[in-house]
Amino acid sequence: MESAKGPVEAAESPAANAKGPVEVVKPSADERGRGEASGHRSAGRPGWPARLGEVPHLGLVAALALLAVVGLVTVPDSFATGSNLVSILALAATIGVITVGATFVIIGGGIDLSVGAVMALASVWATTLATQSYGPLVMIVCAVLVGAGAGLVNGWLIAYGRLVPFIATLAMLVAARGLAQRMSDRKTQLVQQGNEMIVELSTTRLLGLPLLVYVFALVVVAGWVVLNRTTFGRRTYAVGGNPEAARLAGIDVRRHTVWLYALSGLCCGIAAVLIMARTTTGSSTHGDLYELDAIAAVIIGGTLLTGGRGSIVGSILGLLIFTVITNLFILNGLNTSDQLIAKGLIIVVAVLLQRRSLRSST
Amino acid sequence: MSENSPLLLMKGIVKQFPGVRALDGVDLEVLPGEVHCLLGQNGAGKSTLIKTLAGAHQPDEGTITLGGEPVRLSSPIAAIRLGISTIYQELDLVEGLSVAENVFLGHEPARLGFVGQGEANRATRALLARLGHGEIRPTTQVGRLSPAARQVVSMARALSHDTRLIIMDEPSAALAHDEVDNLFRIIRELTAQGVAVVYISHRLEEIRQIGDRVTVLKDGRTVAVGLPAKDTPTRQIVSLMTGRNVEHVFPPRRDGPATGEEVLRVEGLTVPGVFADVSFAVRAGEIVGLAGLVGSGRSEIIEAVYGARRFSGRVVVEGRPVRRGGTTGAVRLGMGLAPEERKAQALLLDQSVTRNISLASLGRYSRFGWLDRRREAEDARALVETLDIRPPDPDRPVKTLSGGNQQKAVLARWLLNGRKLLLLDEPTRGVDVGARAELYAVIRELAEKGVGVLLVSSEVPEVLGLADRVLVIREGTIIHQADAGDLDEHRVLDMIMEGSAL
Repeated sequence: MESAKGPVEAAESPAANAKGPVEVVKPSADERGRGEASGHRSAGRPGWPARLGEVPHLGLVAALALLAVVGLVTVPDSFATGSNLVSILALAATIGVITVGATFVIIGGGIDLSVGAVMALASVWATTLATQSYGPLVMIVCAVLVGAGAGLVNGWLIAYGRLVPFIATLAMLVAARGLAQRMSDRKTQLVQQGNEMIVELSTTRLLGLPLLVYVFALVVVAGWVVLNRTTFGRRTYAVGGNPEAARLAGIDVRRHTVWLYALSGLCCGIAAVLIMARTTTGSSTHGDLYELDAIAAVIIGGTLLTGGRGSIVGSILGLLIFTVITNLFILNGLNTSDQLIAKGLIIVVAVLLQRRSLRSST
Repeated sequence: MSENSPLLLMKGIVKQFPGVRALDGVDLEVLPGEVHCLLGQNGAGKSTLIKTLAGAHQPDEGTITLGGEPVRLSSPIAAIRLGISTIYQELDLVEGLSVAENVFLGHEPARLGFVGQGEANRATRALLARLGHGEIRPTTQVGRLSPAARQVVSMARALSHDTRLIIMDEPSAALAHDEVDNLFRIIRELTAQGVAVVYISHRLEEIRQIGDRVTVLKDGRTVAVGLPAKDTPTRQIVSLMTGRNVEHVFPPRRDGPATGEEVLRVEGLTVPGVFADVSFAVRAGEIVGLAGLVGSGRSEIIEAVYGARRFSGRVVVEGRPVRRGGTTGAVRLGMGLAPEERKAQALLLDQSVTRNISLASLGRYSRFGWLDRRREAEDARALVETLDIRPPDPDRPVKTLSGGNQQKAVLARWLLNGRKLLLLDEPTRGVDVGARAELYAVIRELAEKGVGVLLVSSEVPEVLGLADRVLVIREGTIIHQADAGDLDEHRVLDMIMEGSAL
């Protein structure tokens, strides 16, 4: 074997470069050449179409632009109006907040099916007469705490009770919905007089946009920062990408898992506040099937369901695509059944396209 | 086909993986009805050769002839159709299915798409009876069977095809002694019927007992063909397996015994059924090697020390005990582990070299959870440079690196946060010879900086060349301890293979 000579020379060469914490014997020149040849960047610089493919979320932005064009062509009078854009964003805000939490859970290798039900429970708990008597701030704190609490239970069951995430959160979905029905006696609870501050989140506008859109934006930015700029975010990718490696690197995977689900629950609590603002009610029927919309948005956004890879921006773009489709169907007077079919197709197409780009990038 | 024309003939097989030439011109000749043993150290290319035969890998060069006809084994199905069955080391049975369902998995007797379960059960019963295990019921779930019984099921599966050649990869590894006898009885019956067996085992005694002829692999090449299994001297086999002159690639040891503080003390460490009453110590600046076969308990010892396995006994790092079953504590005490399965246990393959390096030290770069990414990138870049990780691009996904460079990234992870004790499990597995010398140098440098190193390797020359002190392990017990300089490869191999200490 020719290469067997390499290491001998490498070890005998007297080089000892004193750089950094460790001195290492440098390899001989032919060793170095071999190592580089085994890398795969030998094929010169990629041309511009290839580099364009590296722009993140390009496909999603293009899809969104395409939908906008469809809107401008089919319903030119109503689509590009300020009020329509506001209604798209307001519609997206509630699920959007949930989607941020879901993105964390899914990148962390889990799944949270209970988000819609937990949001409903939080909205009911915050609008009971007892809670309402303490005023709007307590209502908000209550909703957020109920959401985070339910998330903690999910996380504890999964991390320490060793339940599969699908099962634990499915149980929470059913149970939270039931508890919400019990607390509200299946009645819709109105936000009382004196607590209108909650509703003002929806009615008060700043620079033309209702406050709840700013809440949404704030959650997205905070989510992005946590995911990309903090140790928590970094650990989330590690725990989802290779839990064994994370564990052996000294990361407490179970504790991190608990926090991930608590974060998702917290987002549900915030979403509950937004839905109370929009509908002026708390109800056990709020948020039905939100879990599916949130998960679909995350998947369309390019997050792997197996964990370890994904982004907040992608999820939000995925969600906006969904919302704009809904909007276009309503504006064009098409029925909701066709809308569901279209959404189903989009999920499949998005995943197929992503798989192709994944393969070409490896 | 005459009685003595070979059933299988492989010539000049070459298989190249990124960074490693796993097979570099292998020849193999198997006669009908013989038990042909394949010997070689870890990394010699046995597994790759088997996978080539099983149709799981396609060779880059070379020819394969079966029963006189040249064949292409383009897929596992193609190999099975030609009459080559493989029983892998990790049995590949579906635990949730019944014995019969496993035996006929993929070729169920079916009419119009309906599985003829009755027929499958009958045929399975007949196969099991032929193997001398009529007591295993075809309807039992495989998950409820003992390892030995599963082995029999695997064999029944191999026989359920029209098989001319069965490959067995360490079939005795999971078996107790009397079960091995039964395995041998089955093998003898098969060969009496003209079926040829390619038998892979590390245990020389078994090869003497069951084998007809031996082929020895070393560094991806055939170094001996058709040695008589019964009476080739052990010394000759061992020197064929090891003949390589590797001493030169190892960095020189420090003179004299290690005098540093004791960083690790292990007392009466036991994991029931795996290893028992293991005691040793590692000093700062010392490299201690564990030599033993796969399954001897060496990797499990490392895992237990790291707190990744429940154990009884005491593990003390600088006077502080390690809690059982929690790796976070081990890292906090100053331990680092480079695990055996680099890809599955150490790396975030999709992520950059930088992120893989900083994974265990995120706390250092954060203030209130906020990451200082510039400092992180600077430190990672410096480590990529000092360890000469190639290509020298810290932003590249770690999965695009060769095995040796991936291992350097794992070492860099622990270099970054100043370990007192490093546990290295097969640090050069899948690393080509060239990159090994560099890894050895890095490990020695670490020791010279005062880190204690506990090293596991199934390659005896590596343990002897790199370690200061060597513990020889056989079947979960330390059978010998000595300075590496006082041991030689033959003696150690004799001890771990035959069990004849001294």
